Amino acid sequence: MTVVFWKELADHFSSRRFMILLIIIILSGLWATYATGQAIRQNTDTIPPQYAFLLLLTSSGETLFSLATFLGFFGPLVGITLGFDSISGEYARGTLSRVLSQPIYRDSLINGKFLAGLTTVAVLWGSILLLVIGLGITLLGFAPNGEEIWRMLIFTTVGIFYVGFWLALAMLFSLVFQKTVTAALASIAVWLFLTLFVSVFSSAISGMIVPDATTPEAIARRSDVENVIDRISPSTLFSESVGILLNPAARVFGMALQSQAEGILPTPLALGQSLNLIWPHLTTMFALVAVCFGISYIIFMRAEIRAS
Amino acid sequence: MSTVVETKNLTKRYREKLAVNSLNLTVQEGEVFGFLGPNGAGKTTTILMLLGLTEPTSGLVSVCGFNPTHQSLEVKRRVGYLPESPGFYDDISAKENLLYMARLNRIPEDEARRRTTQVLDQVGLPDDARRLVREFSRGMKQRLGIAEVLVKNPKAIILDEPTLGIDPDGAIRILELIKSLNREHGLTVMLSSHQLQQVQEICSRVGIIVKGKLIVQGQMDDLGKSILKGRQWNFLLEVSGNTDGLERDLQSIPGVDEIEPRSHGWFLRCTQDVRGEVVSLVTRKGVRLLQLRSEDPTLEEIYLKYFREA
Repeated sequence: MTVVFWKELADHFSSRRFMILLIIIILSGLWATYATGQAIRQNTDTIPPQYAFLLLLTSSGETLFSLATFLGFFGPLVGITLGFDSISGEYARGTLSRVLSQPIYRDSLINGKFLAGLTTVAVLWGSILLLVIGLGITLLGFAPNGEEIWRMLIFTTVGIFYVGFWLALAMLFSLVFQKTVTAALASIAVWLFLTLFVSVFSSAISGMIVPDATTPEAIARRSDVENVIDRISPSTLFSESVGILLNPAARVFGMALQSQAEGILPTPLALGQSLNLIWPHLTTMFALVAVCFGISYIIFMRAEIRAS
Repeated sequence: MSTVVETKNLTKRYREKLAVNSLNLTVQEGEVFGFLGPNGAGKTTTILMLLGLTEPTSGLVSVCGFNPTHQSLEVKRRVGYLPESPGFYDDISAKENLLYMARLNRIPEDEARRRTTQVLDQVGLPDDARRLVREFSRGMKQRLGIAEVLVKNPKAIILDEPTLGIDPDGAIRILELIKSLNREHGLTVMLSSHQLQQVQEICSRVGIIVKGKLIVQGQMDDLGKSILKGRQWNFLLEVSGNTDGLERDLQSIPGVDEIEPRSHGWFLRCTQDVRGEVVSLVTRKGVRLLQLRSEDPTLEEIYLKYFREA
């Protein structure tokens, strides 16, 4: 498996595709950090200094959206780009039957490919985080504190799994369709559906389930239903968990009734408490990755490998 | 001599279609076995089952004494397989391609480097090691494929249509390469092809498969006999000059059954191939030989007949 892993990793890093991704990510990271950093410098009195670094990731400043939002949007594309031709590409080149006629276990090929993809994602995500921290130190003039670093590290892990889901999905499609173009289109279709159209569906369905939302209770119920449906999408899972993770003051998803918010002290949550809030999200995301990869694994192990 | 490949009633069924129908095949160590049949006869399916890349529906397979379905790694360690029109990672060099395969075979790095140079030499691509595979012609790719099969130092190699899509000269050179590998290194070779005329010269034994069934298997000469078994040998002999007494002499050649006169000679019905005797008789008599034609279907015509039916 290590042989496949290193070969795939080398392929990823030397590919033009990876270069493009790297350039986009570095440029956007630099720009977002710089813009929000400038904004933070100008409003020093209104910003709590203990979470300035997290603000670099979450505040949108004068840019269109924050870096975290950008990564949530762009991450799937990275996963799809790295995964859509992993198996179908081998089919197309006619290399699959040759590789599989070597004395290796069949799963070591798919495992090696998936791990190499995940590692590439980790490198990308890690580099952007280091970029933010480095530029942040220069702009703000102080280093991030321990809690901020922990939150950023967990944010990175969550991000890797988030992108890992799309990687696994793209690999699954590349296995099922065996044609590179079809696999890419199918992945992009699912991505568009899950990021853009899920919210349309969820509001329509919640409108049907709770038709008459006039009382506060009904409105809350409708938004609950909407949230549950939204959470089918890993993008929602990601953005909600990141919202909690990178904003220690946040303690609820979506809306809360006034009676529920009463008596809450506006102090930041400890890291453990924030984690408790998003634990279900993380588990679901991890499970999605595992299920997607598991299906590809099973299909691949049972597939018949013909040369053409 | 031991058996390298053996199948017993090997069968593969794809839904309603029977791709391979109770195939009994043996390949002995050190021979070049030609696996012949038209397109879609089940050659590739059989090969995939030999390597454990596809599971047989029923029947037994043994390759180098291992069962490919359950011990595919053992089989793949010993047998090199070159698929039909093999693909390569074309954005890395020929040598890198070979090295990757060597690493997958867990050959230590320095030995892998030594062996890749050696096999590239062997297949006649010593100067192209550093070139990208995408610059390679089809014939070169086929050679590279053979080199790659050799990297793991196999006991036997299985080549699927090694001459497919290659010009006649290139095909002959590839066949010569295969022959020399067999002669000089004692490598057992099994190659599939639909071009009988092309490969029959290098094969010590062939098997012909049509519609998933093995029609015949054996040495080239025996094959002719077994297909032509029970048939008569018919020849048309035409001569000019003094033919007195020739008919009687022809009659006395052992194997000649009946003689019918024709306009410039005779039509001979025989129980065996008597062409040699007829020619030497004609020369002895000082008669000019116009033609001696076999009126029987040749082996190739018989193949063709089977192929058409398929």
